[in-house]
Amino acid sequence: MIRHDFSGLWVYLSASPLLGLTLTLIAYLGAWQLHRRTGGHPLVNPVLIAVLVLVGVLWATETPYDTYFDGAQFVHFLLGPATVALAIPLYGQLQRLRAMAIPLGITLLCGAATAIVVAWGAGAVLGASEASLISLAPKSVTTPIAMAVAEALGGLPSLTAALVIMTGIFGAMVAQGLFRLLGTRDPAVQGFAMGLAAHGIGTARAFQISAETGAFAALAMATNGLLTALLTPWLLPWLSRWFA
Amino acid sequence: MLNAITLLLVFQLAGEVIARGLGIPLPGPVLGMALLFVALILRGGPGKNLQATANGLLGHLSLLFVPAGAGIMLHADRLASEWQALLAALVISTLAALAVSALVLTVILRRRGSGS
Repeated sequence: MIRHDFSGLWVYLSASPLLGLTLTLIAYLGAWQLHRRTGGHPLVNPVLIAVLVLVGVLWATETPYDTYFDGAQFVHFLLGPATVALAIPLYGQLQRLRAMAIPLGITLLCGAATAIVVAWGAGAVLGASEASLISLAPKSVTTPIAMAVAEALGGLPSLTAALVIMTGIFGAMVAQGLFRLLGTRDPAVQGFAMGLAAHGIGTARAFQISAETGAFAALAMATNGLLTALLTPWLLPWLSRWFA
Repeated sequence: MLNAITLLLVFQLAGEVIARGLGIPLPGPVLGMALLFVALILRGGPGKNLQATANGLLGHLSLLFVPAGAGIMLHADRLASEWQALLAALVISTLAALAVSALVLTVILRRRGSGS
């Protein structure tokens, strides 16, 4: 009887958005506590831990992703207004942005081209299929742009989404170690590189370092989104010829 | 707070409408951010409300990527067959993009600093 009640409760709860939403917040808060307790260590990435926990729970309870997303979409929806809100820290750096416009533009072009060409080249050399390569090429930019680019060029947009998230998590985890190795200390340079190579997740990480780092990350994320959308279709014929 | 959220949504909507209407290959929110940035320059900065709401939203920006991140489970099969090539390409290219951007910007800024 008790067992029957429990399964009835489970059927009810698993069909309501409450469970997916609550689970997302609990997983994230737990991951965040762990992140803080390790002194904000970049390898203890809250997105990665929360995703691993959620995938584990969904897999163990045999819950389809779509059922989970019915609840989690309320969190997902906030990405839109949060992206718009990035204009505010960006405005805070207006004076420096004006003074640095040309260096930032040159860096953007070099960094964006590197991300696309190296991803394609390394993938091709290691034997990835053409559809995977197209899905991989725009992986350094924010999910909606990357998916649109992949779709327009004949890639697999849903694979792109997964690769974009993995890129963001990886970039956020390794950036500071790499900067230490390269001797990069300027917060503006660190932020710009993180937003350029690791989009929103890199930007989120940059905001944890400082508001200035975050503002330059937001700028790089936005401008690289635009540039990659323009650059990828143009580079594609060259890439498939070079790495045939 | 309500004013600020409404303002952000209005800019997102405007970005969405302009991107779709003119066929610009950018997501609505990114275009909305650009529009809000221009509006802030014209107005001379955000009000107190907008500043506080933005800080609240951006304080836990990482959380907002978690639902999409869990979508990785949908690609278990595809990732299983090509995961070595994809993972290696992802790691190498992300490191390369970070390093190239950091080095190029550092060199240009240093040269500029010593030139002026």
